[in-house]
Amino acid sequence: MTGPVAQAHRPWETAETLPRAEAGDTRVDHLVVLDLVPANARVLDIGCGDGALLALLRDRRGVDGRGIELSREGVNACLARGLPVIQGDADTDLANYPDDAFDVVVLSQTIQATRNPRIVLEHLLRIGRQVIISFPNFGHWRVRSELALRGRMPVTALMPEEWYETQNIHHCTIRDFVGLCRTVNAEIEKATALDARGRPMRFAMPWWVWNLMGAQGVFLLRRGAAGSNA
Amino acid sequence: MSLDTALKVGTPEDVSARADAPGAEVSQAHEPKGLVARFGPDEPLAMDAGVQLAPFQIAYQTAGTLNADRSNAVLICHALTGDQHFAHTHPVTGKRGWWETLVGPGKPVDTDRYFVVCSNVVGSCMGSTGPASIDPATGRAYGLDFPLVTIRDMVRAQAMLLDRLGIRDLFLCIGGSMGGMQVLQWAASYPERVFAAMPIATGPRHSAQNIAFHEVGRQAIMADPAWAEGRYLEAGTRPAKGLGVARMGAHITYLSEPALHRKFGRRFQGGSAPTFSFNADFQIESYLRHQGLSFVERFDANAYLYLTRAMDYFDLAADQGGVLANAFKGTKTRFCVMSFTSDWLFPTSESRAIVHALNAASAPVAFVEVESDKGHDAFLLDEPAMFAAARGFIDAAARARGL
Repeated sequence: MTGPVAQAHRPWETAETLPRAEAGDTRVDHLVVLDLVPANARVLDIGCGDGALLALLRDRRGVDGRGIELSREGVNACLARGLPVIQGDADTDLANYPDDAFDVVVLSQTIQATRNPRIVLEHLLRIGRQVIISFPNFGHWRVRSELALRGRMPVTALMPEEWYETQNIHHCTIRDFVGLCRTVNAEIEKATALDARGRPMRFAMPWWVWNLMGAQGVFLLRRGAAGSNA
Repeated sequence: MSLDTALKVGTPEDVSARADAPGAEVSQAHEPKGLVARFGPDEPLAMDAGVQLAPFQIAYQTAGTLNADRSNAVLICHALTGDQHFAHTHPVTGKRGWWETLVGPGKPVDTDRYFVVCSNVVGSCMGSTGPASIDPATGRAYGLDFPLVTIRDMVRAQAMLLDRLGIRDLFLCIGGSMGGMQVLQWAASYPERVFAAMPIATGPRHSAQNIAFHEVGRQAIMADPAWAEGRYLEAGTRPAKGLGVARMGAHITYLSEPALHRKFGRRFQGGSAPTFSFNADFQIESYLRHQGLSFVERFDANAYLYLTRAMDYFDLAADQGGVLANAFKGTKTRFCVMSFTSDWLFPTSESRAIVHALNAASAPVAFVEVESDKGHDAFLLDEPAMFAAARGFIDAAARARGL
């Protein structure tokens, strides 16, 4: 049921334009985000951890970056990098930001850990003119095989905790997420899947391949035209 | 059985017998230790109460050296009963500077790198003009003739002091509690003069509960016959019991139940308790009485009335049509807001209100909630998590300013 929507936007076909993995310590998924963020943009990174992505965006794109991070250790690391980061949480703090406060809002590997992903996504689309969102794909073949063949909840590099310890309470597949985008009237500008090593998958493929082979999905969204979801 | 039921002031054998007469606490009001900037009739302080206060003086202390660019100045704003002796031995109590935990050589506010200034607020009693100062019009202490003071008045006076010192703008403005209110007021009144701001354990307005606590303290002072309608200095008395009780009540609000429990629990003082009397059986009672008594040694009762009132009147949003974010519109100041988990006087929700307003104003703001069971006073104490966050923020701000 998400197929027609996804194909209508042909979201995966832009994947080839995404950057190849670069040498060095920089996380490949951060480089993917780097490529999507325009120079000098105002960026909010929600769940920004130690601020590595924000620092990268500041140093390479000259962005005016802000962050929200749950852990005090993360906030302190961000302070030491000179990043304006507030201790807070996506479920409760986004409501306080005004509309269009940022050019780009980034939510990296966090939506599956929120209490209310739909409301969070709606806030992201309201606060940011563009939204970059990445999440572990629960439709990945390894996840499926863990469930189908071993009958166990999967533990992977992107989902490293056992089910009884994980913060992730709202897993979804790439296809599920495309469905949510339609529900909240989000327009998919670009999308790609990253393989298990975090590298963008190179060739344009049908959506079901991404849903099976992608370890994580990365989406660039914006608010859909007003009323089109009525 | 000895009677030990009330604050022991006024009994001849008591150490605080001297508390009956004006003493050390007003001596500092007139001849403070440290530096004093005097402003003559041609430089009045324009107060919110509509009064042009002149002449007046600001007592202050400094540490470190102002650099050639005059770009490394830090202003410390002190709290309700604090003073300018942030890194200097207190002239009355002999205690170490009140913020030597945070400020000093190699500390987060590094006096080897920054020129640090702290001035006694207007309305206080440690050398800046306040109700214990002599009113030149009458030749006697102002008492209640002193105009009501606001946080904005304090900040205006500090700005005049910086002008006098040739400091165009501050690298950092930092303070906790009432000091944090001044930091926020600085950022709102003089955004172009504040490069970085750290309001700690504070709020954008004084809450109804906090006003209520202050009112209890003020009523305790005014209920003391020795207060003499505020004219105790001429009467040769002083409202030590009232001020002591005010301090006891307030001191509870600076702590937390876990901290009180850890420090005192229900432990008895001495071995013979309970005494089946109203003596200070419990350690916590004895501790509070000590806090009350030692406070009256160093603080003027009328100054306490004025400064609590200044905090009560503070409401930054009210000055901006009710929209707090407007206080920070277009600001380029970088902020680091800090709160403590066990602070119930200025709970984290107050700091979050500041943060949300700064976000709405697109100001660069960092926020840390420090885990501590020490209550509101945590900002004055040895809190490594606070120091780590402060150091990170201040060092990064210094890099951004090229210091």
